[in-house]
Parts: sequence; C-alpha cells; structure tokens
Amino acid sequence: MKKEKQSIFMKASDTNLLLAITIVIFFLMYLGAILFIKGGFTKPQMFFNILNANASLIITACGMSLVMITGGIDISVGGVVALVSMCCAVHLDYKGGSIFGSVLIAIGIGVAYGLVQGFLVAYLEIQPFIVSLAGMFFARGMTTIVNTAPFNVANEEFNALKNARIYVPGMGTVNKKGIYVPAYVEIGVIVAILIVILMFVLLRWCKLGRNFYAVGGNAQSALMLGINVKRTKFLSHLICSTLAGIGGYVYFLHVGSGAASHAMGMEMNAIASSIIGGTMLTGGVGNIIGTLFGVLSLSTIQNIVASAGLDQAWWTGITIAAMLCLFLVIQSIVMAQKKRALK
Amino acid sequence: MEENRVLEMRDIDKVFPGVRALQGVDFNLNKGEIHALMGENGAGKSTLIKVLTGVYAKDGGTISLSGQGEVQIHSPQDAQRLGISTVYQEITLCPNLTVAENLFIGREKGAFTNWKERNRAADELLKKLDIPAKATMQLSNCSIAVQQMVAIARAVDMECKVLILDEPTSSLDEQEVEKLFGFMRELKATGVGIIFVTHFLDQVYEVCDKITVLRDGQLVGEYEIKDLPRVQLVAKMLGKEMDDLSDIKGEQGAYTGEDKEERVFEATGLQSDAGIEPFDFYIKKGEVNGFTGLLGSGRSECVRAIFGADRVLKGEKKIHGKTVNITKPREAMKNGIAYLPEDRKVDGIIGDLSVRDNIILALQVLTGFFKPFSKAKAYAFADEYIKKLNIKTASADTPIKSLSGGNQQKVILARWLLMHPEYLILDEPTRGIDVGTKVDIQKLVLELASEGMSVTFISSETDEMLRTCSRLMVMRDRKVVGELTGDDLTQSKIMSTIAGEK
Amino acid sequence: MSNSKSKISLWRRLVSNQMFIPILALVLLAVINLIVDPGFFKVTLGLNNAGNPVLSGYLITILDYGSELAILAIGMTLVTAATGGQDISVGATIAIAGSAMLHVLCGGVSRPDHIATPIWVAFLVACLVGMLCGAFNGVLVAIFKIQPMIATLILFTAGRSIAAWINNNELPIVPDPKFGYYGGFIPGIPIPTTVFIVAICIVVIALILKFTNLGLYTQAVGINEKSSRLNGINPTAMKILTFVILGLCVAVAALIKVSRLSTINYSVIAKDIEMDAILAVALGGNSLSGGKFNMWASILGAYVIQFLTTTLYKFDVQSDALAAYKAVVVILLVVFSAPKVRETLSAGTKKIFTRKEAA
Repeated sequence: MKKEKQSIFMKASDTNLLLAITIVIFFLMYLGAILFIKGGFTKPQMFFNILNANASLIITACGMSLVMITGGIDISVGGVVALVSMCCAVHLDYKGGSIFGSVLIAIGIGVAYGLVQGFLVAYLEIQPFIVSLAGMFFARGMTTIVNTAPFNVANEEFNALKNARIYVPGMGTVNKKGIYVPAYVEIGVIVAILIVILMFVLLRWCKLGRNFYAVGGNAQSALMLGINVKRTKFLSHLICSTLAGIGGYVYFLHVGSGAASHAMGMEMNAIASSIIGGTMLTGGVGNIIGTLFGVLSLSTIQNIVASAGLDQAWWTGITIAAMLCLFLVIQSIVMAQKKRALK
Repeated sequence: MEENRVLEMRDIDKVFPGVRALQGVDFNLNKGEIHALMGENGAGKSTLIKVLTGVYAKDGGTISLSGQGEVQIHSPQDAQRLGISTVYQEITLCPNLTVAENLFIGREKGAFTNWKERNRAADELLKKLDIPAKATMQLSNCSIAVQQMVAIARAVDMECKVLILDEPTSSLDEQEVEKLFGFMRELKATGVGIIFVTHFLDQVYEVCDKITVLRDGQLVGEYEIKDLPRVQLVAKMLGKEMDDLSDIKGEQGAYTGEDKEERVFEATGLQSDAGIEPFDFYIKKGEVNGFTGLLGSGRSECVRAIFGADRVLKGEKKIHGKTVNITKPREAMKNGIAYLPEDRKVDGIIGDLSVRDNIILALQVLTGFFKPFSKAKAYAFADEYIKKLNIKTASADTPIKSLSGGNQQKVILARWLLMHPEYLILDEPTRGIDVGTKVDIQKLVLELASEGMSVTFISSETDEMLRTCSRLMVMRDRKVVGELTGDDLTQSKIMSTIAGEK
Repeated sequence: MSNSKSKISLWRRLVSNQMFIPILALVLLAVINLIVDPGFFKVTLGLNNAGNPVLSGYLITILDYGSELAILAIGMTLVTAATGGQDISVGATIAIAGSAMLHVLCGGVSRPDHIATPIWVAFLVACLVGMLCGAFNGVLVAIFKIQPMIATLILFTAGRSIAAWINNNELPIVPDPKFGYYGGFIPGIPIPTTVFIVAICIVVIALILKFTNLGLYTQAVGINEKSSRLNGINPTAMKILTFVILGLCVAVAALIKVSRLSTINYSVIAKDIEMDAILAVALGGNSLSGGKFNMWASILGAYVIQFLTTTLYKFDVQSDALAAYKAVVVILLVVFSAPKVRETLSAGTKKIFTRKEAA
C-alpha cells in the first residue's frame, strides 16, 4: 500500500502535485468556513461575491502565472490596473467618450506596456524585476499625472454596464422576508472565466503554451531544442500586460471610479495567488487552474478573517502573509521530499 | 561541392574578445560517414560546433550543405530546419517537461498539441531505441543516463542530414555507449553524416571513419582512421611528438619513509544518504589507491562519504588511528583531507571569482572567517601555484570561468595542494580535459605520493588507474566487491571482478 | 596608431568599470542642475527653528535624505550577492522596528510625558527586532530554499500590519527632543546627524570587509553554493547572516526615520524604500542575480537616486507623480548599463576608432 502511494507521488509531475495540494486545501478551508463560521458562507452568493470582487485579480494573476512559468516576474500589473481605471474614467467622464473607446484604451495601455517591457526583458536582456519595477513606478506616477483626485464615473451607459447582473440559474437563497433572491455575478466574472479557459487551453494544448514551460524550465536548453526563446519571453510579457489591461477594465467596471490608490499591492496579491496555486518563481512549473484556486483561497481567507470578528485592518495582512508562508513552506518541503525520494 | 559531400565549412573565423577561437578552419563531411573531431580543450572543437549549430555567429567563412549551397545559420532553429541536429555534452533538455515533450518540442508543425498522438509516437520511438522510460514521465524523474539517451533519441529521430554528437558519452555506461554506437552505424547506413566529438580515444577508433584534428583554433589536418595510429593522433593534438602515455608507469616512485605502513585514514561501516552500502576503507601514508567500477556503481559516493560531502548516516572514521567526527567538509579539511570533486563546473570552480580567490579559498576557509589573507599574501600563494602547476592564465585576477577546462582543473588542484593535505581525494580529475594535462596530473599524483601524501584516485579510464594506483577497491551496484593489489592489477582482472566472475 | 589604440583601451576600461554608470549619472544630474539653476549647489549656513546653526541647501538635503537608502544599500548588496535575490520587505520591517522602538520608548502609552526607557535601549530593541525579521527571511531563504523575493513577500505583506498591531494602531509621540537629534541636527553642529550615522556605517562595513572574509564568502556562496560547501563554507549560515546584517541596517534606518518625525505612520513610513534600495544595488552595476559585488558602487547608487529625487522635487514635480519620472530615468540607466547594449556600444565605438585610424 505504502509503496503504491509512493509511486503515485513520484509519478505526478511537479505541476500536478502542487495543484492537487492547493485544491484540497481550498476545499477544506471553504468547508471549514461553512461548518464553523456559517454566516454568509452557507449562501452561494458569498462565493459569487468573492468572484465578483476578484474577477480582475483572477485575470491579472493568470498573466502573472504565465510570466512566472516563463521564468520572469511582472510587478507592474497593479500600476497598470490603476492607470487603466484612471484613463478610462477620465475618458468616459471628462471627455464624454464611449464605452467602446474606453475598452480600446484599456487594451491599448496593456499592449503598449507589454511591448515595451517585453522588448526590454527579452531583447535587451534586462532583469524583468527591474523593468517591471520601473513600469510600476511609471504607471503609478502617470495615474497621478492624468488626474490627481479620485472620482466616480457618472456616465450612465457605463453605470448600466457596471450594475448589470447575470443571474446564476438554480442558485439563490430565500431572505428573511421570504423572497427568493437569485445569486448573481457581474460581467467581469464572465470575462475572467473566459480568460481562464483561454489561458488554460493555451498552456495545455498550444505549442506556444508548452514553449513557455520549456523556456521557464531551462532557457538554454529550450534554445537548443529549437525554441525562439526571446520571442517566447517577449510574448509572455505581452500577454501578461495585455491581461493586466483587461483586468484593469474589469476592476474599473467593478469599482466604477478612477484613483491613484486603486489596486495598491495587487501585483503582490497576484504573485501570492500564483504561488498558492502552485506556480514556482523558478519557472517551468505552474497551472492556470491552480492560479484560479489561489485567488479563491486568498480571498476566502480574507472573508473568513472578516467574518470571524477580527475586523481590525491589520489582521488581513497578517493572515494573508501567514497563509503565503504556510504554502511556501509546504511547497518547499514537498519538493525537497521528492528530490530525496528520487535519490 | 563534391558529389558525396553533405557539409562543407570553409575558412571559418571566430573571434572572441582577446582570443581568435577559430582561424580559417575547413571541415568536410561526407554522406554516411562518422567523422571524429579531435583536439585538446581550447582547440576550438566546441566553437566550431556552435558556429555550425547557430549558437555563435561566425566572423568569416562559408558553410554549404548538399542541395542547398551556401547557407546562413543564425540560430539553433535555423540549423534544425536545415537538417543539422545536435546532442550536447550537457543535457540540453527541459527537466520540467515530459519525456514526450522533450522529444518533440520545437520541431512539430501546427499550433496545437495532440497529446495522445504524441505520447504514442514517443513510446514507439523509446521502444525502438530500447530506452527504459515512458513518454509521460517528467524528465527530471529520469536518471541522467536516460535523459542523455532521450536527447540522443530526439536528435536521431529528426530527419537530419548531419548529426552532431558533442561528447555525448560521458554520462553513459559501456552498454549504453554500445547501444549508441549501434544507432550511429544504422544512421550511417542511411546516409547521414555524423560528427563525433569525444575525449575517449578508444571510442574514436571503434566507430569513426575519419578524423579531423584542430589545435589552437587552426586546422591540423583531416585523416583516414587507418592512416593515423593512436600515438600519432595524440601527437597531432598536442602539436609535439610524445612518448607513449604508458611510459609513466615505470615512474611509480613509491614513498619509502619509515611510517609507510601507518594508516592515515580509516573508515569502518561507513554509509551516506547517497544510497551506498556500508563499506570499510583505509589508506596508508604515501599510498595511491582508487575506487573503480562502472559509472553509477558508487565510486564518487564513497569518497564523498569520506569527505562528509553527503550526509553521513553511520560509520566510524579514524585519522592516524584516532577516532574523529567528520560530518561536514569543513571538519574533513581540518583533519587534513582534501577532495577534488567529480563535477568541476558544479562542485569545483567558483566561476566569477578570480583564479587567485579560487586558489586561496580552501586554505582561507581553514584559516578562519576573521583572518583574511593580506592581498600580497594571496597573490604570493596564487603566483606560486600558477607557476608550479603551469596554469595558463592571463593573470591571477582573471575570472576562472574564462580558462580552459584543463586549466580550471589545475586551479582546483592548486586550491587543495595549497592546503597541504595529508590525504588528497581526486574524483575524476582527468575527465573532460586534454591529454597533456591528463599526463601532468598523473605525474603529479605519483610525485605527491612519493613525498608522503596519501592519494585516492578515481578515473573512468582504467588504464589511468592502473598507471597510478597500487591498490584498487572494485565496486558494483553501490557496493565494494573486491580489493586488488600487486599482480592482480590488470585490466582483465578488474573487468572480471566488476562482472562478478570468480 | 598607438595613441588611438590606447584611447580605445582607456575608453573601454572606463566604460567597463563598475563605478562608471553611477558616476556618469551623478555627473549628468549635476550638469543638468548647473545649467538650469546654478543655485542648486549653494549651501548656506542659517539658523533653524530651535535657533541652532544648520547648513541648508539641496546638496545637504541629498546627503541627509539619502542616508536611509545608503544604509539599506549596504545590507541589500550583501543579500543580493549571497542569495541572488532581493529583500522586498525592508520598508515593512522598518515599520516594525520603528514601531517596536516607539513602543519601548513610550512605554505603551500614546502621549507620554517623558520617555520610559533610555533611547539606546529602545535602539537595541529595534536592532533585535530588525535582526529577528532578517533571520526569519534568512531561514525561509536558506533552509526552506524559497526564492528571496517571494520569502520576503511574507513580511512585505504582513509587516505594516504587525507594526500597527505592536502599538495597537496608535501613533505614540516621543516627548524627548533629544530623540529628534538622530534624524535632524545636534545643537551646535551644523551638519545633519544622519551624515555621521552613514559615515559610521560605512566605516564599520569597510572594516568588516577588510578584517573578515565576509566579502569572499558571500560572493562564493552567491556564485556557486555547492562548491562553496565543499570548500568548508556554510552557505546556509552565510545567507542567514547577510539577512541579519540587512536587519541591522533596517534598524538603523528605522531609528533615523522615526526620529525625523518623533512618531510613526505605519502605512507611509519608508514606503517604496525597498524599491529604491534594490535600484541602488542595480545602479551600482551589481548583478541582481548574485555573485560579485561592489559595495561602494551601491552606496553611490543610493545617493544618485536621492539626487534624482531631490532634482525632481526642485522642478516642482508632485510627490505622487515623481515615480513616473524616476521610472523613465531608471529605464534609461538600466538600458544603458545592460551588458547587451554596452557590448553593442563598445563595438560601435571600436568601429568608429578603427575607421578614423584607416582614414
């Protein structure tokens, strides 16, 4: 029996092993919350609210995972999200622009970021950390330059879109007055789900997707295997920043305002989600489904902390950090065990 | 271009900052030919290969392929497209991908992957080549030898006109090498031209048809294998007439001090976490002994256990009969034991540091964290050994990584000699280095022993061990299975002990 | 002919020197300021609010406010060299150390009449806290083999929360004016105290590098960990040690930061300073992937960054928008110092020289 277990353990690739750990821990956590905290956790809407609030994080975290799988890092995504929100807000309100125009702006900013950062990282071989660090500074600074004061968007068309609710069939609860309240998600969640599916297909079944893993696993080898390493790295940054642009729009759609302080620390949440989801910063290992569960775990624990009555602001930071620490240590131990078993 | 040619390289030049790595080198390869590319380290073999595979851009000359005329190769992809596939000494596969992916990535058409089809094709290929691996296994879960075989399978499977094998045999055991030679002969029969780079002379004479010799970035000549006996090949590589290598056998000057029977180091029931059976071992003053056995039989693991490089699980160690506790390299060093590791690049050199820092490192660590050598002293040490071991370096401040393999090895050797150890362990000190340096190192070992140093010497080349060692531990399957001394020290006796014949 | 050849080699030596980029940046910034307003370099002796003689001027500002950065750059350089990664938690740990220091100084009361413990005791506590945080990071990196940036992400996320938690989210104010000396001026001495603190730190680290093997060991570990171990170095201990040293640097920086205000703002104190400290290391031409380092180049890099910040402030750039301009300058600097670009450049200059020669 024990021997068989060992062999399954050894047979699983690094990616699947870490993914399994994450999913199990997420379900245990949510189940625990339902059993012990009760409150909102028994209602499906709680889960959908987590999705609504984190749709943009899911999208940016997907991009982050991709870059991390390729062996890089992009800490500019939070800045890009803030910049996109602000630019779109200004476009819609002060300039009287259209929804379509604002979407174009969002994607345009993302693509432009991706082109520049990707070029610097892939073709000039500058460390991605430094490039995206400067990118983050630039985005945060530009957000203030575009408009200093935070403001809410009054554009009616936009607000209609923002408040659009998509009801989830078969899910809902009966409230105190006895009225059935169906569970709903926002448009952003649909976008996020689409992107998760797209990214999953890309990484699983596209040649290009596998190239990201190869480059992250060993860039020198990938080159020798006939993969265009520079182009692959470039594309990883391009996709990541474009997703940050889209994520920025979804964020904007959720909050409906522009502010320089938007999405502060989002890059760190995206990195943390990816890691909790089993992506390794060393590159070559990771999974989009894991990232999705990473985001969910992260926000579930935030909600648990809030529901548990620990409403002091600092508890959130401390619990997220503790969870990150836990996952990192688990990853580290699992990998070390595996290495030893191989010996 | 002649009719039978598959590849012609003319007047190839390649300049690195400060070095002319290749100067007007010509190279020809015929269809269905196995062509050895020989030369010492730093002769330009690797550079020539890398120019051909598009890793380096050439600074002059032309490359022509049959059917395509002159071609420009700017990247490994270009080379692959043109039908040039390569197996490198270092495994150039991605450890995080599956075996099947490693076989096919970067050379499939279309945008999507059909996993089922690919795994089927991979399993078929693995079966055909008799490689003990499954398509869906993650590469990093396979042994190094299997990984190397996968790399070879990939190269063989490509519809190539030219196959380059750049020292692919260093991590294979004899059977695997034989298997590889089998593929090579099959491919040769189908008309593929094969370029074979190796340090093992035996292998050259076993499979090759022609030899091209390079020296100092220049072409020495192209020869039919039957026209060039071994001794002459070595002479051409070194650029001087050399007495046959076996000559140093006579110099086995033994240590003659009165304390020559004293056991400098002794271990009983020693076992480490690297998966070897417990073993007993001793070495006398001024003795040269060695561990022999096939690759992976546990030779290195034994000496690593002695030095405390792997975690020691159990066993007793004695120095001059006194029980000591050696669990960490530092403790071994304090007890006068030095260890030159098998893998120079991974365990030996500190690449970016200067030759000087690399030389003084061990002694410095032994002296202590709070007692750094003065600059003058460090230079004096370094210069002394650069001169003593004839290390070819621009200065003591040159980063060690820019030296050739043989000179890097001498620097590591200098590092341990500077420590003046009582007991020196040399694990494959001659692997991957040129013939000249090999002889230098063997001579040095005997010289040190005659001065009273005890040396354990490990080498894949049995004749090297026979020349230097007076006692051999024979290993099989991670176990010491025999000890040979005196008249038993012959090639055939070693072979039969390894094979387990009585 | 020989003349032009020596020109080439001199130029190449200059370009390849590690100090070249930070010095060039410094000169460039100085020249720009000189052209726009030579008054930038004026240093005047005046009296401050307390009636003490103090030097003032932009140069003094740079020296003063670059101090924390310079001190952090020392530790960051060592961590980078030994681990090939960076500590992004320094800002947050400054908040923790500062908060602990305030807690001890004020005895847990938010508006005390007098300090509860001597300043040196509070500083020692801060040092201890800083070293503990460093050791925590170090253990994660060295023993659990987690990449430094990710390991330090934990304290980065939790640090400011922990800092707030220590003082129960209150902002104690230190009543003793003497505490303000460390981040300001000592009466009678017109030079900012921080300058002396940095000088002490630099002397200490210079002595350490000279009289111990810290430099050799950290570089060896950073370049080849396995090999270092086989040469008797303990890589785990070395990595933890560098993080602990960085923790000490953090404590000193926290002293200055808290002393400047005599209080603390958990979410703002030393914000983004980790980014500046990492930039200082990179600007100094040190590889962020570890190995060889040049301490003095890093420290110079820190002052270059402060010079840039001060220059931008002088041009009336808003503090929030500052980041955008800084980013542009940083990108220009790293692009120019990227090995790839430098190779092309030096090949280009070589061509120009040889063409001249041919003519």
